[in-house]
Amino acid sequence: MSSSHAPNHTAGQHYYVPQPSIYPVILAAGMFFLALGFILKMNHFPPGPYLMLGGAGIIITVLFKWFGKVIYENQTGAYTGWEDRSFRHGMVWFIASEVMFFVAFFGALFYARNISVPILGGLEAAHGYTLWPGYSGGWPTAGPKGPSFTPMGAWGVPAINTALLLTSGVTLTWAHWGLLKNNRGQLKVGLALTVLLGVLFLGFQAYEYHHAYTEMGLTLGAGVYGATFFMLTGFHGFHVTLGAVMLTVILARSLSGHFSAERHFAFEAVAWYWHFVDVVWLFLFVVVYWL
Amino acid sequence: MNRRENLQHPRQAGRFLRALFSAGLGLLAFPALADYRFNFPEPATPMARDTLHMHNEFMLIITVLFVVVFAIMVYSMVKHRKSQGAEPAKFTGPTGKLQWFWVLVPFAMLLFIDFILMGIPAFHAVIEMEDTQTKADMVLKVTGMQWKWQYEYPDSGIKYISTLTTPRDQIENKAAKGEHYLLEVDNPVVLPVGKKVRVLITSMDVIHTWWVPQFGAKRDAIPGFLRETWVKIDQPGIYRGQCAELCGKDHGFMPIVVQAVSEPEYAAWVEKKKAELAAAANSADRVWSKDELMDKGKTVYANTCAACHQPNGQGLPPTFPALAGSKVVNTPLLSADGKLVPDTHVYRVMNGKPGTAMQAFKTTLSDVDLAAVITFERNSFGNAQGDMIQPAQIKALR
Amino acid sequence: MNTAITHDGQQDHAGDHGYQPGGFLRWLTTTNHKDIGTMYMTFSLVMFFVGGLMILLVRAELFQPGLQFMKPEFFNQLIGNHALIMIFGALMPAATGFANWQIPLMIGAPDMALPRLNNWGFWLLPPAALMLTLPFVLALFGVGDGALATGWTFYAPLSVQGGIGVDFAIFAVHILGISSIMGSINIIVTIFNMRAPGMTLMKMPLFVWGWLITAFLLVITLPVLAGAVTMLLTDRHFGTHFFNAAGGGDPILFQHLFWFFGHPEVYILLLPVWGLMPHVLSTFTRKPTYGYKAQVYSFIAIGVLSLVVWAHHFFTAGLPVPALLYFMYSTMSISLPLAVLFFCWIATMWRGSMTFETPMLFALGFIVLFGIAGLTGLVLADVAADAQYHHSYFVVAHFHYALFTGGIMGVMTGVYYWLPKWTGHRYNEKLGKLHFWLTAISFNLTFMPQFFLGLAGMPRRIPDYALQFAEFNAISTIGAFILGFSQLLFAWNIWRCVKGGEKVPAKAWEGAEGLEWELSSPPPHHSWEVQPTVR
Ligand code: HEA
Ligand code: HEA
Ligand code: CUA
Ligand SMILES: [Cu+2]
Repeated sequence: MSSSHAPNHTAGQHYYVPQPSIYPVILAAGMFFLALGFILKMNHFPPGPYLMLGGAGIIITVLFKWFGKVIYENQTGAYTGWEDRSFRHGMVWFIASEVMFFVAFFGALFYARNISVPILGGLEAAHGYTLWPGYSGGWPTAGPKGPSFTPMGAWGVPAINTALLLTSGVTLTWAHWGLLKNNRGQLKVGLALTVLLGVLFLGFQAYEYHHAYTEMGLTLGAGVYGATFFMLTGFHGFHVTLGAVMLTVILARSLSGHFSAERHFAFEAVAWYWHFVDVVWLFLFVVVYWL
Repeated sequence: MNRRENLQHPRQAGRFLRALFSAGLGLLAFPALADYRFNFPEPATPMARDTLHMHNEFMLIITVLFVVVFAIMVYSMVKHRKSQGAEPAKFTGPTGKLQWFWVLVPFAMLLFIDFILMGIPAFHAVIEMEDTQTKADMVLKVTGMQWKWQYEYPDSGIKYISTLTTPRDQIENKAAKGEHYLLEVDNPVVLPVGKKVRVLITSMDVIHTWWVPQFGAKRDAIPGFLRETWVKIDQPGIYRGQCAELCGKDHGFMPIVVQAVSEPEYAAWVEKKKAELAAAANSADRVWSKDELMDKGKTVYANTCAACHQPNGQGLPPTFPALAGSKVVNTPLLSADGKLVPDTHVYRVMNGKPGTAMQAFKTTLSDVDLAAVITFERNSFGNAQGDMIQPAQIKALR
Repeated sequence: MNTAITHDGQQDHAGDHGYQPGGFLRWLTTTNHKDIGTMYMTFSLVMFFVGGLMILLVRAELFQPGLQFMKPEFFNQLIGNHALIMIFGALMPAATGFANWQIPLMIGAPDMALPRLNNWGFWLLPPAALMLTLPFVLALFGVGDGALATGWTFYAPLSVQGGIGVDFAIFAVHILGISSIMGSINIIVTIFNMRAPGMTLMKMPLFVWGWLITAFLLVITLPVLAGAVTMLLTDRHFGTHFFNAAGGGDPILFQHLFWFFGHPEVYILLLPVWGLMPHVLSTFTRKPTYGYKAQVYSFIAIGVLSLVVWAHHFFTAGLPVPALLYFMYSTMSISLPLAVLFFCWIATMWRGSMTFETPMLFALGFIVLFGIAGLTGLVLADVAADAQYHHSYFVVAHFHYALFTGGIMGVMTGVYYWLPKWTGHRYNEKLGKLHFWLTAISFNLTFMPQFFLGLAGMPRRIPDYALQFAEFNAISTIGAFILGFSQLLFAWNIWRCVKGGEKVPAKAWEGAEGLEWELSSPPPHHSWEVQPTVR
């Protein structure tokens, strides 16, 4: 995964080993409190929400400082192509793990549609006995005892969102070209457009959810359809949010003159992430909304 | 059964040592030992017999593998030690045709073992095991629930629950343990010998597993789904098993007892059972006195509710709420116009509480049982509602 | 001269470590792969005792029929947490500890590629361990009804029904997952980017190869587990129906997802050990490893196969016949690459010049006893026979032969083997040998009877049992206590060795080969300030 301008290291190279740092352990603590708070909240114990707030606060602050430190190191030229390559490999495998995370949810959808629902819907009746007389399966469904609802069509908001995300992919690449040929203006405009499109996407999705809950009876509780629908689109939306935030950071850095045509790993990393979110959406659009 | 006889008195120094010794013998002991303590219990169905034979064959195979492989290793450990002045060789892989040959032999052997020696019998056994339907003579429906089994005979409409009868005192070591400690129930399943019984299995709450070792049949009971297996019992007798999937608190206390009888006896039993059920059914229509209900309720409570809510009605909070002074129990029976009011005592007992171990008992208990146990709960453990509900009312509410 | 730069640009000269906080802060903040490795190993040892303590309570309860010491609820909490703590708290951190200590030494790197991430990966573990054990404590104060009581497999709907303990376990798994994924990413990057010039992949030590495959498996499977428990969480608290038939879901879905992680997990636990074995064997046979390539390819084959055999853990759940057959044969085929490994191990010993120091003893014990685990695994793979073994003590015996003699004894092999390198001191050889023999014998005393219990029909996860199981359980309990307390020797020996003892040279073992033995024992702060060139 070494990119064109990351030299393979040879004997005589220096590798940057950072000083001891307190951030990791604080981050871990923050995560602990966030989780603890959430657990207590879900089980209706009073201190829950406060712990959550505290934890989230710690996490955000630390991330801010940690990444700040990395950016500083980068700007002060601590990193050579060798470290750069570490970051690239790292990002690739991080995205790989994210892919597998989505695979679990896609797997659930696949399983429900092709295995559990057909069985419940009478595969067993063929054996002469069934637990759910009168239930015939078929997709979309909320199961034998689920509430009734209207499934989400593909060609309304979702289609628009698809267009939005695809365009955002284009604008981002366009920004990258700008960076490569040192056209800062194109870089900044491209990034700004990308962020904007991302935010628009989220807006539409929020609207879609509202619509689903209020008019379509399509809720988390609407059987496997509702469950898989919101789990998949929800986690994707969450990733879009993260991506948008990261893009904003990159935009800010570009505005303050970071990145060069040769060295801009952070930009590329976020770009990869954004394209990954993009591709996931295409799968979503096909299997969740369309088919 | 005689097997169980000779296992009765656990603390006997003699057999203790024997067991210790043979345990030490280890894996090598597996196939050889005829004594079923070191192997499957006597098979009682064709399937179990197959499984046992296959098991023995496999154990033999892996024992041989084990011995061969590690004999070579031990030989080398003895011969090629520094203290013997052994000079280390330098080879790092097979060289020359001959060596390659000797490398590939064990590999080929293993292929043969995996997919021929073990693979083929396994294949046939699987096909046999999964063929539940061809030439099935009758159907038995088994429903697991926390922590008992319900058995239903669709052909004859018979349906009843089977629970552990081992007294608490024995479990808590306050009394000597009986012969069939933890393997005894109030109503065993009765099945005819020599008939292929198709067993449909499901569950009401969590996953259980219906397992009778001597039948070689084990199937998970999965809530909302039907699973199947089959048995064809050779000999009349009592066969015992246990729930095999962790299903909560009393997973260890929901045994399975199958009573295999000759065909005529089975027919007779069916008639008897039908009569009982009919009697129970129309007894639901007559008016019951409070004392009758209280008596009946006491037994129903002991069999059905005590596991969670405890014999003294104190429950095990927070998981299993107390009934003594419970908000739910001490609600009015019905609405003024005799309707069922959500989240009242009657409602909760009949429809259960989703997501908890509290089942909808209207599916498993008769009208009489329901009326009795409700009446009992309202007037015990310090609850003094004083009122009662009639089986007939329950019937109307269903 | 070639030096690894550290600390904001100034060069680091051996001895002077620039900014280096002292005391406990050093451990909280360290970015040094050796410090972090040490923390992993220590954590692992502590968790090993905690998880062991839990199960000793269980064994005590199982000593005789009847309920002696605890309620069934509590029993169920103990077994599941014993498993999670032993696997995620003892075995995996031990393996990661090895990776942190050894990989940079073995591939000639100054440190791990992402040192701060590395530190984070470790410090996520204590919170996770806290998450698992906290519910026990809270229950004492009347908060909630105790820890996870579903066994380590979380099967829905039991886990949907369960109490606050399940939520704690879910988040513990999430945190552990993040920790392991970060650790794996770091290891993959280190291996791909930090190797000394000239060290091609096919010149890489087998231990490093084993870990590379392990890291891939972790990155692939852990997120799936995370997804599964997330669905469990929403089923519990947000009204979804992933695992509920009434809503069109299916409890079996959870089992598929769990075991898609769960089966590879068992190789995740052992691949580092399988990687370690050839080093130990060739050291104490004074003979080069046999079949290096064959072993590398076997690792890869095992990694790939492990991803496609998961359903052998629920053969009795009622899968369609074709699925049963597929999973049976694919599972059996894993025995082929493992046979290759066994063959290579034994061929490495063949015509060597052996001595039997403690690491060698453990290695040999490992080979024999793991052989039993594997061979019994082979029969478990047979669907029809598995109907009899499944969820019986036969399985419990099988996987303890795999997890304890395979995993834990494998780790002990590595600890005794590398301890001199890490501390610069010799451990007490007599004590080590005693530890080995006590462990090996009492282990068999504990678990061999469990094979027979399983065959005779004793189910797993029951706090009380029928009378015919009494003797074997009694034996097993006796064995377990001997086994347990023998482990105190291990801890004691390590402690002594860390504190002091006979100094060892760089090449701590006569027959040892490899880069790690060219550095002083203990190695300098920045392992390979000058990257060696391998040819
Ligand atoms: C490190 C852990 C580990 C390892 C390595 C293994 C290895 C294997 N396991 Fe095991 N297993 C577990 C840990 C492990 N297992 C656990 C924890 C469970 C229970 C989980 C739970 O339910 O809680 C389990 C359960 C389990 C089951 C489910 C049982 C049930 O619940 O019904 C099955 C079924 O197929 C199985 C099979 C196998 C197989 C085929 C292997 C194979 O990899 C074995 C391959 C090895 C060999 C085949 C031996 C080596 C070969 C030789 C000695 C050479 C001899 C031959 C020649 C040279 C000619 N295992
Ligand atoms: C790496 C994994 C691992 C390890 C090392 C062990 C180690 C041991 N395990 Fe366990 N075990 C599992 C993984 C493991 N186990 C799993 C996955 C399950 C399945 C759980 C489930 O069903 O969900 C299981 C289940 C399990 C059961 C079945 C429970 C049941 O189904 O009801 C039993 C029963 O005997 C058992 C026993 C033991 C014993 C005796 C040890 C011994 O090796 C332990 C040795 C003891 C010690 C090391 C403790 C030393 C402590 C002291 C000396 C006291 C002093 C203490 C301090 C100083 C703090 N284990
Ligand atoms: Cu029912 Cu275990
Ligand atoms: Cu497995």
